[in-house]
Amino acid sequence: MKGIAGSKESNDCLITIETSEKTKIEIQSIVGAFFYEQILKTIEDTLTENRIKNVLVKIEDRGALDYTIKSRLLTAIERMKEDV
Amino acid sequence: MFRSLLFIPGNNPSMLQNADVFSADAIIFDLEDAISINEKTNARNLVKNYLTTSSVLPKQVVLRVNAYGGNWFEKDIELLKTGKVDYLLIPKMDKLTMEGIDRFLNHYETTNHLPETKLIALIETSRGVLELPDFAQNKRLVALFLGAEDLTSDLEIKRSESGDEIFYARSKIIYTSAANHLVAIDTPYTNINSSEGLLKDCTYAMSIGMKAKACIHPNQLEIVNKVFSPSEDEIKWALAIIEIHETKPNVGAFQFQGKMIDKPIIDRAKKIVEKAKKFKLL
Repeated sequence: MKGIAGSKESNDCLITIETSEKTKIEIQSIVGAFFYEQILKTIEDTLTENRIKNVLVKIEDRGALDYTIKSRLLTAIERMKEDV
Repeated sequence: MFRSLLFIPGNNPSMLQNADVFSADAIIFDLEDAISINEKTNARNLVKNYLTTSSVLPKQVVLRVNAYGGNWFEKDIELLKTGKVDYLLIPKMDKLTMEGIDRFLNHYETTNHLPETKLIALIETSRGVLELPDFAQNKRLVALFLGAEDLTSDLEIKRSESGDEIFYARSKIIYTSAANHLVAIDTPYTNINSSEGLLKDCTYAMSIGMKAKACIHPNQLEIVNKVFSPSEDEIKWALAIIEIHETKPNVGAFQFQGKMIDKPIIDRAKKIVEKAKKFKLL
């Protein structure tokens, strides 16, 4: 199962989430040098809030704010659940 | 009270994060026409998280939801629970839609312990125009908003620079708004590259009684705000009238600058001052 949401536009991010044997988060960000930990925390918190485990999350970030990352991840999760 | 309302597509993070810095009196977060069918959920999630996590929000938040009775309406309405939405903009409003939404919201607000939701009616069908007197008295309404693109599509006519084809709809919205203490909001001017055309369109709309105008680009805000604000001369005139009236409260009519001033003119002066204060021009 797989879900994708977002875009590679400025201030947005493209998030892909798919089922996996264990949870893994891959971050590519134009502001990663400064915000890697914050992006990671946003993703981890959103997964925890939604009780999502054993997924591979890939994010291609173009400077998205926290609420954008969270929103895109939530939509990707919904799409993953619909992808049967 | 509005002069300008700026549409922002609900799925555009760049515009969302600047929403509070635009000089619009209200921002309309659009979940309807600006959002493709596949992106409805994405846009709703983005606007919801923006509203709930941003420390600074626009002065007034308007949410354009999808059509009542459709697949997305009830999900869009969930954003009322954020407590950050000041008004819902309801597309294709007519008598039946108003009745249905009123019933739906009465139940929804009771169930979720929410205050009464205020609405802006988007008048964009011939039926909506004709049925204005049948629903404009609803206590939820604060404004009537002309949507000329959909209306002219319904009428199978082309839009023109002069706007002759929407004169009837404009007039009906203006008169119905005035009679029911609602704000008459004019349709956006769609040529975003013509400031001259925008100025002409705004000036005309204001001259026949529109009180505000919707914008589809931030570069339209300056002109719209200027045209729909009282001018410096008008404010000076109104202040002078009120000052004279306050010194002679028992005099029904008096002369000012060679003209007779009586109650309707004093009332107009008070409205100008109220507007000037609201928009921080005083």
